[in-house]
Amino acid sequence: MLAEIGLGALWLAASLAGLQLLAGSFGLTKGGEGLAGIVRPVAIMQGVLVALAFAALIMVFVTTDLSVKLVAENSHSAKPLIYKIAGAWGNHEGSMLLWVTVMGLAGAFVALVERRLPENTMLATLAGQAFVSLGFYAFLLFASNPFVRMSPVPDEGAGLNPLLQDPGLAFHPPTLYVGYVGLSIAFSFAIGALVTRQVGPDFARAMRPWVLGAWVFLTMGITAGSYWAYYVLGWGGWWFWDPVENASLMPWLAATALLHSCGVLAARNALRAWTVMLGVVAFSMSMVGTFLVRSGILTSVHAFAVDPKRGSFILILLAIYIGGALTLFALRAATVTEGERFAITSREGALVFNNVMLSSILGITLLGTLYPLVTEAMGLKVSVGPPYFNPTSALFAMPMFVVLMVGPLLRWRRDRMARVGWVVALPLGLTLAGVVVGYAMGVRHVLPLLALAIAPGVVVASVLPLRGRNLLRAPLSLWGMVVAHLGLGVALFGMGCDSAFTAERLVALRVGEQSQVGPWSVRLDSVSPVAGPNWTAMEGVLKVRYANGAAQTITPHSRSFWVPPQTMAVSALLTRWNGQLYTVLGEETDGKVGTGRWQLRLWWKPFVPMIWLGGLLVALGGALALLSRVMQDLKRRTARTKGDERRARVAQLEQA
Amino acid sequence: MIRKTVLVLASAGLLAVGTPLWADDSMPPAPYAWRQLEDPAKEAKARDLMATLRCLVCQSQSILDSDAQIAGDMRSQVRERIAAGEDPEAIRQWLIQRYGDYVSYEPTLSASTWPLFAAPAALMLLAVVLLRRRFTGGSAGQGENA
Repeated sequence: MLAEIGLGALWLAASLAGLQLLAGSFGLTKGGEGLAGIVRPVAIMQGVLVALAFAALIMVFVTTDLSVKLVAENSHSAKPLIYKIAGAWGNHEGSMLLWVTVMGLAGAFVALVERRLPENTMLATLAGQAFVSLGFYAFLLFASNPFVRMSPVPDEGAGLNPLLQDPGLAFHPPTLYVGYVGLSIAFSFAIGALVTRQVGPDFARAMRPWVLGAWVFLTMGITAGSYWAYYVLGWGGWWFWDPVENASLMPWLAATALLHSCGVLAARNALRAWTVMLGVVAFSMSMVGTFLVRSGILTSVHAFAVDPKRGSFILILLAIYIGGALTLFALRAATVTEGERFAITSREGALVFNNVMLSSILGITLLGTLYPLVTEAMGLKVSVGPPYFNPTSALFAMPMFVVLMVGPLLRWRRDRMARVGWVVALPLGLTLAGVVVGYAMGVRHVLPLLALAIAPGVVVASVLPLRGRNLLRAPLSLWGMVVAHLGLGVALFGMGCDSAFTAERLVALRVGEQSQVGPWSVRLDSVSPVAGPNWTAMEGVLKVRYANGAAQTITPHSRSFWVPPQTMAVSALLTRWNGQLYTVLGEETDGKVGTGRWQLRLWWKPFVPMIWLGGLLVALGGALALLSRVMQDLKRRTARTKGDERRARVAQLEQA
Repeated sequence: MIRKTVLVLASAGLLAVGTPLWADDSMPPAPYAWRQLEDPAKEAKARDLMATLRCLVCQSQSILDSDAQIAGDMRSQVRERIAAGEDPEAIRQWLIQRYGDYVSYEPTLSASTWPLFAAPAALMLLAVVLLRRRFTGGSAGQGENA
């Protein structure tokens, strides 16, 4: 019954999206104004219905209703509750429903709270949002229906991929999707502004909080995904330039550029066409990412099931939306003039530099991700991996970080380097010193050396804009920028340390034997079987000691899941302020129980948690900036209401 | 013996993409699959090379990041050859000859990969041109995108 309610709600939501598109479009024409009034309520109702459908899907997973095909194929009654809930989106259909749900809720949220846009731009925006949603509703209903029943009903479900049975599954996909799909708002805003030809500072101010919100979630989602991959894959890698990772990085790059160009448009009425373009590109990248991940063109842990029909379906949607938006842009860009001019040594100049560099990294990532697919279609298999992406992206990222040290100190419009010269000398000097110190410490690879040198410069430069200010009175949005830039420096430091200073030890130990990795000594105390709700495992008990400190115990597992039958290593990590000890228990080497030796993989990774701490700081900075914008907006609204009330009272008195 | 296993596994793996990451195999692992070289300098050299070689049966993982048996066999091959004093690039070429370009994450400049190398250069050039046009002369770029 629940499944049918869910499906019904989904169809209703899709029809409302159709109505929203029609009403929004006609509302813009002469004679159609009467329809304008229903657009907002329809958008809100659509969001409610699609959320209902999503709730229904979670319920069928929670109750393990095996007559629903998706549940039978992806769940199991013995799974812990959290993975039953999270398992609802740990498969193709469920994750697409999550996609559409986020999109519907985002539209509803905009309809509910956005009051800054001119009403006709608002209509065009909501119509645009509905237009995009419609395609994905169609994809869901015709090619990926999550509520299909099956008969005969199987006795038990097929279970969930053990790699996904991790708390990470509960947080990473929803946060990532809120960011990913939240960018659809920027896309719809850009469409709305192009249709009504209203691109200016007001438009940028209205769009900025939405971009910020999506960007904060995207940042958190990527950070969480990276940490999840780091501890679950059991080899200590945290970024693989896997096409699936790139699919989330590309919208992030575009959104980061958009955020900065939005600032220029809001403050200075410049970069109009460029900002609109980025609005279109950011969500286009989300859709390209969805195509890469969901079409089955890539096989990865994210691809779930592969079905060629789905690939062509998403490809058609891509062509319609991205092609359509870019055509609209081409038609209208000429009427959206570029706006105010400025000198290169100015805040805008630095931000333009940031935008060009971010866009270049985006271009490289897109090319490197798609290129193997193109050559494979022509019958040639090539691999494009870290040895390509690392140096080419650094080629653009490193100059960007240097400009980041200077840019926030510059004034808008026109400035002189001489004015900020002595302040900027500090981080730049630190960077140069960093190169020397790093080299002296034995770092010979270029990229880790550059990262370690630039990181302290970025950290110091990030707080310089606060100098000479009363810290309590400094605007929240300034704090946001400071914290986000600081986070970048911190993350860069973690990355540099990880590649430059990681110590690795692969050993086979008998119980009672001891080994050494970096400053740690590790003793294998025992290996014994343990059991969990849907797995059994060999648990290694390791007594570890940092330098000559107290002994601590950690317990890596080699875990065997019953359904689906699969063995995986579950790492055990120990975090100190200055790094992380990473341990993995492998197989027994000689095969004979009790006499054999156990494979252990041990890493000491100095300062590696800084990578994710930095990522969280970047997100926190975004959240502070968002908070500041929302508070400003609320203040403005209350001021306006109060003013209106007072005017009304004055008018009343005058009449009396 | 090991080489043969590698070949068989590789061809099977290339055909059946999507095999589980931790495929079970009763063969004992190759000698240097799970053992480091004694000489830290040589081990570091081997590591740098292994990080850029693709595990043929996994999803976007280098042989350094993989539990798959074939990755272990390849690690062992790389370590043994480095220990014997071979040049890392020569080992890469040897692997490319056996498994094709696919095995190396580091694209080499060739007739089929030149766009990968042209793109950063072109983007760099484009960036310079855009920035110059944007910032030299007040009216040169009027109405253009930055």
